[in-house]
Amino acid sequence: MTSSSVHADAAPEADSHAHHAPQSFWSKYIFSVDHKIIGLQYTLTGIFMAVVGVYMSYVFRMHLANPAAHIPFYGVLSPAAYNSLVTNHGTIMIFWVAMPILLAGLGNYCIPLMIGCDDMVFPRVNRLSFQVFFLSTVLLLVGFMAPGGAFGGAWTSYPPLSAKVEYNLTPHGNVIWLLAVALEIVAFLLGGINFVTTAMNSRAKGMKMFDMPVLVWMIVIATIIFMMSVGPLVAGAVMLLLDQTLGTHFFAAQGGDPVLWQHLFWFFGHPEVYVLLLPELGVVCEIICVFSRKPLFGYKTIVYTTFMVGILSMIVWAHHQFIAGIDPRMASIFSLTTIIISIPVAVIMFAMIATLFKGSIEFKVPMLWAIGLIVEFLLGGVTGIYLGSSALDVYFHDTYFVVAHFHYTLIPLVAFGGFAIFTYYFPKVTGKMLDERLGRIHFWGSAIAFNFIFIPLFFSGLAGEHRRIYDYSGFAELTTPHMQSLRTMATHALLVMIAFQIPFVINVIKSLLKGAPAGANPWKANTLEWTADSPPPHGNWAELPEVYRGPYEYSVPGREQDYWPQNAAN
Amino acid sequence: MNHWIKGVSSYAADIDGLFWLVTALIGFWFIVAQGIVIYFALKYRRKEGVKAAYITGKTWRELSWVFIPVVLVVMCDGWIDVATASVWHNVKETLPTADHKVGVMGQQWAWTFSHEGPDGKLGTPDDIVTVDDLHVVVNKVIHVDLQSKDVLHSFSIPVMRFKQDTIPGRSITGWFKPTVPGVYDVQCAEICGLGHGYMAARITVQTQADYDAWMKAVAAGATALPGAPAASPAPAAAPATQVPQK
Ligand code: HEM
Ligand SMILES: [Cu+2]
Ligand SMILES: [Cu+2]
Repeated sequence: MTSSSVHADAAPEADSHAHHAPQSFWSKYIFSVDHKIIGLQYTLTGIFMAVVGVYMSYVFRMHLANPAAHIPFYGVLSPAAYNSLVTNHGTIMIFWVAMPILLAGLGNYCIPLMIGCDDMVFPRVNRLSFQVFFLSTVLLLVGFMAPGGAFGGAWTSYPPLSAKVEYNLTPHGNVIWLLAVALEIVAFLLGGINFVTTAMNSRAKGMKMFDMPVLVWMIVIATIIFMMSVGPLVAGAVMLLLDQTLGTHFFAAQGGDPVLWQHLFWFFGHPEVYVLLLPELGVVCEIICVFSRKPLFGYKTIVYTTFMVGILSMIVWAHHQFIAGIDPRMASIFSLTTIIISIPVAVIMFAMIATLFKGSIEFKVPMLWAIGLIVEFLLGGVTGIYLGSSALDVYFHDTYFVVAHFHYTLIPLVAFGGFAIFTYYFPKVTGKMLDERLGRIHFWGSAIAFNFIFIPLFFSGLAGEHRRIYDYSGFAELTTPHMQSLRTMATHALLVMIAFQIPFVINVIKSLLKGAPAGANPWKANTLEWTADSPPPHGNWAELPEVYRGPYEYSVPGREQDYWPQNAAN
Repeated sequence: MNHWIKGVSSYAADIDGLFWLVTALIGFWFIVAQGIVIYFALKYRRKEGVKAAYITGKTWRELSWVFIPVVLVVMCDGWIDVATASVWHNVKETLPTADHKVGVMGQQWAWTFSHEGPDGKLGTPDDIVTVDDLHVVVNKVIHVDLQSKDVLHSFSIPVMRFKQDTIPGRSITGWFKPTVPGVYDVQCAEICGLGHGYMAARITVQTQADYDAWMKAVAAGATALPGAPAASPAPAAAPATQVPQK
């Protein structure tokens, strides 16, 4: 192969988005290489999977509130189905909801628009990334039709349970689950390459690194953490697959080590939490600046501490294994690093709070979700300290206290953050405004109901209730009317929360049909995405913008307007 | 945590004390941070004609608003770390001399317990083996020898604040010292397949006299099980499985 043929290969890629000929529906929406379409494909797939994941939690929560009763829209839940629903609920919510919406969807849509370029550096790699992701989605759902049922060994998939059919009793489900997760990871690796290279290489003329919106920084750092931590998990997945299919003994008691998987899994799994957290913090920063008309407090400090979070997040993993048979002396070290990570996170949180100081705050719906995120996430964050303390984790490990804790981090990130993104960018993506009143009903209803789901679960965890349990009738301490009332309250609150999604759906449909036109910059924001048309055309701008200042020049003294777009010459 | 669940082991009070320490410290921060967010959100609502202040947080003077509280956070962290390390040291890093030993075998989906027989030793033919029914003597240091036949399980006695995974191919020793007689729940805390929710067992904490009486009754009763064939093997050797095996 000559070098010229390499060039010939690369050429159409380079100018694939330069020609703006009219495209068919297929090439425009299904096989598009446009970063915005790919971002929306990820987001819509993620929203679809969120419905699936919430449905699963609806089924198993209904069962826990009223054991063995007939569940509307499901039937009677068996122990095997309970396990597979819990497992796939967790798997879906992390890998098929949080990741595609918060990282892939947001990153694809926003990075090029925020740094002022026409597309990702490798548009076709990007398209491949979504296609692999779509395949993994189909594969995961096919697991439910496999003979023997879907995998039920928890989203953490600990061997030997996950490794041998005699133990997990899902002869096909376990392999399908593992392949789907592995494919999903491949998809995100492909997408991640684009995020980092695009942010490094394609910034608009005049935009220095520290002129990038903090959201871009956060996504880039999150992607780097993801790429650095996922390698061992992929290796582990290959070994697990071999154990499952060829009967090797990597994780077997004889000849292997069952605990090794836990190290590989959590070496990825804990940084993953921060992969989900960082983009959300970025979004919150953008939104609170716009809606309080204030510069971001300590922009550079936030970026530097975020790097510190990234590094620290890679040396805390064994806090998931305090009682898993690791050397007790090691636990003290991991307890220390875990608690230390609260320091940079506190810096970021305090800086966000300081941004509100002396602002001119307007509670439009995206701002409600953003402030709601901070308020709720605080409870999730501080309860993590209990679990990071090794001696307390002896008691709390695998109880509902843990379930409540991580839902208090994940639901603010995924639901509050997701709705913040959705309501903030809806005008940009569709060109239509959402209805504020329906938006406020949706926010308050969901936010209040959310607390009534998970506060009771903190208390059932305190009382010693373990998670992933189909039937509590064997435990005298857990069958009291008081314990049952906690479970029932959580389930009823879930039903209320689901009901409060109806105003949201109505709002979206109504606004799509006859929402007020949004214009390019409805929120009067500074960052570049708001200088493109709504919705932005293929290629984003007729002429790429040039940047003169940082992204947070709000309420600059002596200026008439309280915002100063990055691309305004003066 | 006695309000939510009894504590009946020698170190339960230490763990609960740590719980209250952490609650006080994080409770403080939680209320302060929450209060400030809500205060700012209400106080700095948009008013006609009032422009927001231009504060970038670039100078050290402004950054000190963030860093001074963070120094306080660091001090709280240090406090929690030290308290944790000392409780952890007592509970998991030290192993007081055993008064009694019990063997715990996890399997899908039951717990098998071996108690020292009349000879006072574990692993001899006169051991008393039970399923899902553990008996210990109050105020004695109990060593549990934790093993698993198949997958991971986790031996958890919430009222003792005791929890430890059992791992196939390994034998892990843990300890606790029960302080209040009674019958309490034992749970499996690590998902172990279809019957994970059914891996319920009980622990009976009793006085030495009651324990001795129980041991006699089991030794006698087991040989005289109704319908048991005369030539049945010694009770101690009877396999403890009533679990459907694949
Ligand atoms: C719609 C509201 C939700 C409800 C009511 C809910 C409820 C629950 C409950 C009760 C469990 C524990 C089940 C058990 O241990 O038996 C659970 C597990 C889990 N949930 Fe959720 N959840 C919701 C949303 C989410 C979201 C948004 C995420 C993440 C983005 C998430 C991630 C997880 C994970 C990772 C697990 C662990 C699964 C496992 O044990 O293998 N959940 N959920
Ligand atoms: Cu972790
Ligand atoms: Cu179990």
